[in-house]
Amino acid sequence: MDKEALLVKVQEKLKAEFGGGFISSELIADYPVFTLNRDIICDAVRFLYNDEELSFQFLTNLAGIHYPENKGHELGVMYQLHNLRKNYRIRLKVFFSINEPSIPSITPVFKGANWMERQEFDFFGIVFKGHPNLKRILNMDDMGYHPMRKEFPLEDGTREDKDDKMFGR
Amino acid sequence: MSKEKNISTDLIEKEYTTLNLGPTHPATHGIFQNVLKMDGEIIVEAESTVGYIHRAFEKIAEHRNYYQITTLTDRLNYCSSPINNMAWHMSVEKLFNIEVPKRAQYLRVIIMELSRIADHLICNSVIGVDTGALTVYFYIFQLRELIYELFEEVCGARLTTNIGRVGGLERDFSPKAWATLDKILEEVPKGLKEFENLLVRNRIFMDRCIGCGPISAEMALQYSFTGPNLRAAGVDYDVRVMNPYSSYEEFDFIVPVGTNGDTYDRFMVREEEMWQSLSIIKQAREKLKKEPEGVFNANVPDFVLPPKEEVYNNMEALIYHFKIVMGEANVPKGEIYHAVEGGNGELGFYIISDGGRSPYRMHIRRPCFIYYQAYAEMIKGCLLSDAILTMSSMNVIAGELDA
Repeated sequence: MDKEALLVKVQEKLKAEFGGGFISSELIADYPVFTLNRDIICDAVRFLYNDEELSFQFLTNLAGIHYPENKGHELGVMYQLHNLRKNYRIRLKVFFSINEPSIPSITPVFKGANWMERQEFDFFGIVFKGHPNLKRILNMDDMGYHPMRKEFPLEDGTREDKDDKMFGR
Repeated sequence: MSKEKNISTDLIEKEYTTLNLGPTHPATHGIFQNVLKMDGEIIVEAESTVGYIHRAFEKIAEHRNYYQITTLTDRLNYCSSPINNMAWHMSVEKLFNIEVPKRAQYLRVIIMELSRIADHLICNSVIGVDTGALTVYFYIFQLRELIYELFEEVCGARLTTNIGRVGGLERDFSPKAWATLDKILEEVPKGLKEFENLLVRNRIFMDRCIGCGPISAEMALQYSFTGPNLRAAGVDYDVRVMNPYSSYEEFDFIVPVGTNGDTYDRFMVREEEMWQSLSIIKQAREKLKKEPEGVFNANVPDFVLPPKEEVYNNMEALIYHFKIVMGEANVPKGEIYHAVEGGNGELGFYIISDGGRSPYRMHIRRPCFIYYQAYAEMIKGCLLSDAILTMSSMNVIAGELDA
């Protein structure tokens, strides 16, 4: 099955199963990408895991994204799933408001999502509901902000030990 | 007698010891902490803490030009940095739709397979160290030294190589590099054979490694394992075969798999992969004989620096030189994911470009970070010494863990 056929196939199945939860789909480079409603993400991942024909049973990675200009849909998460038997690869995306950054966790389906979700919580402040141990992973616990959000500069603005009279930031 | 004993054990409340393995510990080969709850020598519960050498690569990458990010990738898995460099170049090439000439692809294959050998050599010899066989470690460093000599000849650096450029390589292999490669192809198989004679059928080593830190194929897939650790559990997933890049589809090699997913299987899978890598390098040398000489990069003036004498005498070359150094490339908008088979598994770069001079978002799929989360579960019920061995056989590398 080539990429276009896979795109149509997954789209049909997701539409039939979730109806309004399915928002859009497109082919970006070599990946079929599906945008879904955030509330169904865990169910959708489980559905794709259990589906006999598609059986996306390998989570490649997940990453947070921040688009400050998209009002109401500032934050997002992308998931990449892989069917190792037939070598199908797809990408799922969900977007939601930065004021209410919570989304169902997919740890019930993939144990490996545990640290990946913790990482995105750490860097973007995305709260994964149902995660067994949602705390910071790479940054220190009392950091107080989520550094990968676009409003934070590369250098730590809270530091006072650096004098930038000469070189600026 | 026995009755008395029962009474006394009933009265004593069971107590566990908490043991901090790390953050810096000579047996963990890197900086990560494990808080272990011990019942005597047996681990009851473990909790891993990572992030001690976190360097914010993903954030820094949002502020750098594409060619400047290569140096960040060096510091991921520093035992095989050329693979990381090549992975980044290939990701950017995918974004820019650059076709690399065949000869450059084969040269890249040689470099990548050599660094895979260097990576696996270190991992396997460290397994030797942790089982008490220190000798093999020193034997192996002679072989690794040869490989690093070649890297030094090709790019000038040994550990953090920054090898290659977007569009190909920065320079061709010199006659000395080819001579070093010949020496590698002669010496490494000999040394590897000697290494295997010392360990593979060694009764002490086998008793120590077989059944130590096993993981089932189902569990490995649940935890998104990739690379030799997944293959040792019996799943034949190799990015080089499934999604070939850099002409890997033209090479003939075997993907070794294990059955139990224990330390011995991981060791053996890495051993066999080194032999396969040697065979790939030989095949690449044969293929290179048919390619035109002197070609080592694509014609992409946006990324490949013009020769220095051109820059001084030619207006166009000077402009390109200036644009490259200032990072002013014509970046297309796009979103791509490209993965290669790194030393530890699927190393992937996810890039979102909005047309600016640096990526809008760059995410690295770091195999180490993803499979290390299973460690706490794998060592539950193990002896402490087995936990150390499990960690070294998983090839947990702090640079790739924390990024």
